[in-house]
Amino acid sequence: MSLDADEVREIAHLARLAVDDADTGHHARNLSEILAFVDRLSGVDTAGIEPLAHPLEMTQRLRSDQVTEVDQRDRFQAIAPATEGGYYTVPRVIE
Amino acid sequence: MQWEAVIGLELHAQLATSTKIFSAASTAYGADPNTQACAVDLGMPGVLPVLNERAVRYAIRLGLALDAEVAGRSVFARKNYFYPDLPKGYQISQYEIPVVGRGHLDIDLEDGSKKRIGVTRAHLEEDAGKSIHDGPGTLTRIDLNRAGTPLLEIVSEPDLRSAREAVAYMKKMHSLVRYLGVCDGNMQEGSFRCDANVSVRPVGQLAFGTRAELKNLNSFRFVERAINFEIQRQIELIEDGGTVIQETRLYDPIVARRAPCVARKRPTITATSRIRTCCRWRSPRR
Amino acid sequence: MHDRTIAELGVGLAQGEYSSVELTRAVLEAIERAESLNAFITVTPDIALGQAEAADAARARGEAGPLTGVPIAHKDIFCTDGVRTSCGSRMLDRFVAPYDAFVVERMRAAGAVMVGKTNMDEFAMGSSNETSWYGPVKNPWDVTTVPGGSSGGSAAAVAARLVPGATGTDTGGSIRQPAALTGTSGLKPTYGRVSRYGMIAFASSLDQAGPMATDARDLAIMLSAMAGFDPRDSTCVDHPVPDYAAALEQTNLAGLRVGLPREYFEADGVDGGVSRAIESAIEVLREAGAEVREISLPNTELAVPVYYVIAPAEASSNLSRFDGVRYGHRCEEPVDLEDLYKRSRGEGFGEEVKRRIMVGTYALSAGYYDAYYLKAQQVRRLIRDDFSRAFEEVDVIAAPTAPSTAFALGAKADDPVQMYLSDIFTIAVNLAGLPALSIPAGFSGSRPVGLQLIGRHFDEERLLSVAHGYQQRTDWHTRRPGGEG
Repeated sequence: MSLDADEVREIAHLARLAVDDADTGHHARNLSEILAFVDRLSGVDTAGIEPLAHPLEMTQRLRSDQVTEVDQRDRFQAIAPATEGGYYTVPRVIE
Repeated sequence: MQWEAVIGLELHAQLATSTKIFSAASTAYGADPNTQACAVDLGMPGVLPVLNERAVRYAIRLGLALDAEVAGRSVFARKNYFYPDLPKGYQISQYEIPVVGRGHLDIDLEDGSKKRIGVTRAHLEEDAGKSIHDGPGTLTRIDLNRAGTPLLEIVSEPDLRSAREAVAYMKKMHSLVRYLGVCDGNMQEGSFRCDANVSVRPVGQLAFGTRAELKNLNSFRFVERAINFEIQRQIELIEDGGTVIQETRLYDPIVARRAPCVARKRPTITATSRIRTCCRWRSPRR
Repeated sequence: MHDRTIAELGVGLAQGEYSSVELTRAVLEAIERAESLNAFITVTPDIALGQAEAADAARARGEAGPLTGVPIAHKDIFCTDGVRTSCGSRMLDRFVAPYDAFVVERMRAAGAVMVGKTNMDEFAMGSSNETSWYGPVKNPWDVTTVPGGSSGGSAAAVAARLVPGATGTDTGGSIRQPAALTGTSGLKPTYGRVSRYGMIAFASSLDQAGPMATDARDLAIMLSAMAGFDPRDSTCVDHPVPDYAAALEQTNLAGLRVGLPREYFEADGVDGGVSRAIESAIEVLREAGAEVREISLPNTELAVPVYYVIAPAEASSNLSRFDGVRYGHRCEEPVDLEDLYKRSRGEGFGEEVKRRIMVGTYALSAGYYDAYYLKAQQVRRLIRDDFSRAFEEVDVIAAPTAPSTAFALGAKADDPVQMYLSDIFTIAVNLAGLPALSIPAGFSGSRPVGLQLIGRHFDEERLLSVAHGYQQRTDWHTRRPGGEG
């Protein structure tokens, strides 16, 4: 599977990663190599095989519906890049 | 030309649990911003989701009331996209194997007859936080108190044929979830929300027309008005030679009409990707 | 005094030969002298001395366990309350964690003294500890070579005898491979044995925390402290935690059925010196009475491609939370939301992390999900089933940990696929969720070689016991760089 610079830009966008135009070629090559390498899997016969998401196929433990978390806003917001009046802030999003 | 409207509703019911679906923070309404957002809700590094048993029970309770298939084994998946009120950069939801499968709800039509509306599925997912765009200055403010609140997304089959039927279905579901105690149904507070998928087709045609998705319908009146408006809009558009495009339309109750909106929190098709969380649960019924 | 094992230090402390405070001071000094190894990102002298004092006081009250007052280090992937937790990344360079990871809580509860946070490959992605924002770690055996990764800092710190034990994490070999390259012992427990709460996630279905030390006894002591039930991690199991150290003598090597996977031993690209050392190690097991036989893990060669779909896919999703909004690096003066995301993440993440995020994003995107991620998960089941079948015939699987010894810094920098292939013997274990360890088994030239032992799910007692048996018959684990063993 060979990727070109446009596809790299598209993937970088989906992943919200800034990639310099100068680097897209390099990334395209790297990614193409990796994808070519993993392409081996396409030849494997996996008809009827259930995907394995959890190595031990455990089921989920359920938690009882009791409030145990307390307000830790000050603590958590002490490490935040930008807050105001208890809110997190980002540049205005135009919808 | 005789037209027929085809409508499906996606209802989001916030489950009336004390805590979030994946964390033990409170879901009480009206708290100061970010005072009910714990490390898990904030998507801090290294923390993990732990599923709320009551949320599962409530989902199953509704499933039983809808005479639906309840999955013995259900799986969570992640919907990956970026938005500031989605702290982890993904929403934990259900894709392939939802907790509740096919069921139905019977509604009463105006002529006294009953109509069976199919329910395709109902699945558990977490709510996002709130983004406030129109405060002072040039910032968007984010409150993550709501992030992680359990939602049950109830998807109907496209069996509804008029705005009236849609409202009847929505009202009945609203009564049902309140009666069952799984949701308080408070639409002002956002506990019960509706998205409508609306399309039109010539009477007799089997194929569906292209549908538009209407969002932000938070009262029965708005639902009826918005759907009627949309049906009319589509018919006029087609009769004028245009084509309906698949898009999300946001209802503006103040202007009482809708304007198309840029796809906002919902990802575009190309950006939707899914990854299974490595966890399953067994229905307590088994 | 500090370059002893945890077990030995426990005795020394109990007998009053030295106090924990004296011991901790000596460790802190040694760390300072060895700064050029770059094994530590953050050293925590005040916390350490405070914990050491508390440990001495506890001992005076008669409340001491095997780890009380023993200095250890934590890989900088574990959140430590009030202390920077960087994950080797600029993205978290100023992230001071607001809570402790389960592993950190448990080690503290056991009385261990935290001297600092060790260097690691950025977000645990790497096999050489060269991708860290804080610069590469040097292998104490030869400082022009890598210590392995991603737990390179922990491995180097233990190998250089700066600390007797350190915590690490292993997603595709990140405890075992650096243990092999640095002549130390490292264990990846069964998936679910140790809680992942507070351990910054790389690939959620593969990650596991584990101990790194110089010998099996110390691994056992640490594992008993690290393991345990935690309701905050719903993938961790509620099995009782054995006293692993007490169980060390339980497995007789005589009659032990040891399997050698044909595909591992026939693989291309294994150093001659590594092969020879491993053969000698197997011979030691044979002489002790083990029944060594060949087994087959037919899907071996698919393990690396499967891993390099699943791990990046899960990582791309797990790293989406690093967006400059609530914590971590944010770019200067973002003009809009997109700019905030792209520049914060573009500046915060290094090359290898970006590469893996992009591979993962691609594999999960519409149109490719079935061909890549789903397919990889199906082949994952085949790989796991290979092991299940093998364990019907044998009790333990033995193999090299890595195909080569420590390579030169910079040698594989621009060849990601080459770097990925060095994980070839360790990766399948994570896919199957099995426990495995690496112990020193000799040298190739002057570079350490590691022997890997793989066990059934939750069979850490047997694994540690076999490793201990081997270490009673050999002395590779006592060798240290620049010193006599």
